[in-house]
Amino acid sequence: MIEFILPNAWLIPFLPFLGFALIALFIHRWPKISAGVSIAFIGTAFIFSLLVASAVFSEPGGAVYEFTTRWLEMSGLKVDMGLLLDPLSAVMLIVVTSIATLVQIYSIGYMKEDPGFASYYAYQSLFAASMLGLVLSNNFGQMFVFWELVGICSYFLIGFWFGLPSAKNAAIKAFVTNRVGDFGFLLGILFLQIIFGTLAFSGLAEAVPEYTNMAVLVPVALLLFLGPMGKSAQFPLHVWLPDAMEGPTPVSALIHAATMVAAGVYLVARAFFIFSSVPEAMTVIAVIGGFTALFAATIALVQNDIKRILAYSTLSQLGYMMMAMGVGAMTAGMFHLTTHAFFKSLLFLGAGSVIHAMAGEQDIWKMGNLHKKMPVTTWTFIIGALALAGIPPLSGFWSKDEILLGAFASGHYGLYILGAFVAFLTAFYMFRLIFVAFFGSNKEGEHAHESPGVMTMPLIILAVAAVFVGFVNSPFMHHVFGEFINHPMGIQPHPSSMIMISSSLIAVAGIVLAWLIYQKQAISHLAIRERFKGIHQLLQNKYYMDEFYARMGQIFVYGAAQVMFWFDIHVINAFVDLLARFTGKSGDTLKYTEDGQVQNYALYMVAGALILVVVATMAAVSVIA
Amino acid sequence: MIGLPHYLLLGAFLFSIGLFGVLTKRNAIAVLMSIELMLNAVNINFVAANKYVAVNDVTGQLLAIFVIVVAAAEIAVGLALIISIFRQRKTVELNDFNLLKW
Repeated sequence: MIEFILPNAWLIPFLPFLGFALIALFIHRWPKISAGVSIAFIGTAFIFSLLVASAVFSEPGGAVYEFTTRWLEMSGLKVDMGLLLDPLSAVMLIVVTSIATLVQIYSIGYMKEDPGFASYYAYQSLFAASMLGLVLSNNFGQMFVFWELVGICSYFLIGFWFGLPSAKNAAIKAFVTNRVGDFGFLLGILFLQIIFGTLAFSGLAEAVPEYTNMAVLVPVALLLFLGPMGKSAQFPLHVWLPDAMEGPTPVSALIHAATMVAAGVYLVARAFFIFSSVPEAMTVIAVIGGFTALFAATIALVQNDIKRILAYSTLSQLGYMMMAMGVGAMTAGMFHLTTHAFFKSLLFLGAGSVIHAMAGEQDIWKMGNLHKKMPVTTWTFIIGALALAGIPPLSGFWSKDEILLGAFASGHYGLYILGAFVAFLTAFYMFRLIFVAFFGSNKEGEHAHESPGVMTMPLIILAVAAVFVGFVNSPFMHHVFGEFINHPMGIQPHPSSMIMISSSLIAVAGIVLAWLIYQKQAISHLAIRERFKGIHQLLQNKYYMDEFYARMGQIFVYGAAQVMFWFDIHVINAFVDLLARFTGKSGDTLKYTEDGQVQNYALYMVAGALILVVVATMAAVSVIA
Repeated sequence: MIGLPHYLLLGAFLFSIGLFGVLTKRNAIAVLMSIELMLNAVNINFVAANKYVAVNDVTGQLLAIFVIVVAAAEIAVGLALIISIFRQRKTVELNDFNLLKW
């Protein structure tokens, strides 16, 4: 079986694509069959991914299989397509296929009454195919194609309920914001092709570290990083992700929490050989990541929409991953990507279960006391939140701890302190959500009901994963994850019990503070809000980033339009007007020669003929002379 | 001895008289007559050139006859026009024919 799947790994993205084509072309009229086909194909892809992973991880350090075929060739340009099976892509394959499978199963319950059930599964399959293609790409060109495909799937799924203006606008916003990043990404790819003559990761990995012209390499690396900034929603291109919550909740779980937004982090890991040879780019990545982590976490403190809290949390965690990449802890970044995928999709699916039970209500203050009615959702959600907060020994603890360790060990003490503070904020806002929504005194949660088994089963599986996935890079399993996922330029510091203990205490402190304020109500959250009214307003309005962009758009786009308008009126239009006025004026003047006197006309003719004669004579004379 | 230049001078003289008449006479009939003068000046040039330049040819004389034919036709059309204008406006003064202007 493994002998079959290795050369046929293209089946992994192809099967979901086949599912998409079948649903879109033939069976969309039968929603249940469509869902079955979609789940069967992604499930098969999951099994194939496991086989691939077992082959890759069977050798110490990880085996690498690469298959390449020439796609098109012309003078000066050779474009290859291929598959790259290595530990990095194997981990991503398992993450993507497993979560996609669970999300699709969960969607049977969540989307049951939706009229677009079949097309929902078509999009889900197309997304899975694109994401798996992205993961398996062995060169930048092919990766860019799939990069755009996941972008368009994200657009379709955010705007899935396109009847709602908010969903429609959110989809457009996501697409346009990503466009900005992808523009830089494409420029970076083109520069790589021009400078190195190849886009294959294997070729570039040899060529880039030997290239010494930093004046060229720094801008190229920064341009390439624009792609991940857009896709992974890093500040200042983060604005689309919170709005993307307009899509169906399982979509948020799969695409906007676990997989697609992690593609940016995956790209940085995949192209780590480029970034790690450019220290300036690494600094930029670390600072942007760290800043995004803090920025988003503070906004999450005051949001009231359950999905938006999770969205800002996702932003914050993506910032953590980028920060890890930036400080050189590539292993830690990928590890956090993996664990985050499981516990964050768990949290989103849990939120979806709550929203489903509350008939679409997303405001946490209108929930409350859900733990009695929805025990499975509540307890799996708490497990996810504990993992996110970094409580040992859950998965988030191990990965977040490694990032903090990486920041500390590489000498980025500022980022370490920032990361630790964000860990405190994370624990606080997650448990604020839990105490208000699941244990709050509000009675409106009374008529809620537990979701059907098809929705709770994925929750339980993900909860188990959220608890245990972290062990793969813990001392208990000898850091087996880091043995496979690493880079010579990356760092893998030895675990430090000081950092472990301090970050656990920080997380516990966050939870206790949330308990004091929102459960025990020893401190009135209303009083705090009143006391720090200005800050609360600022956070509630997301630092006015949307307003800022709108204002900038008005100033620059409208300003440019004004300048263009002036130019059009006063230069182009004026020139055309001048021609017309000249014609009119000359006509007005010359019309008096047409006086109706035939003999005058004859005189003009004679005069003209005489002039011609004179000119011709003079010309003839000058020729003779 | 009378040679080609004398004929050409006569032609030019006649042509100028005709042109002067065309540009200055008020009466449309007189203008037509002046045009005849110009045409005949041309005829003299043709015939003279035939005699002194292309001795063994008759092209010049032939063209002169053509010009006479065309002049006859032109006079017929011109007089017809003048008569119909006269019937309308009771005048053949060219200065009064000034309707076609700005």
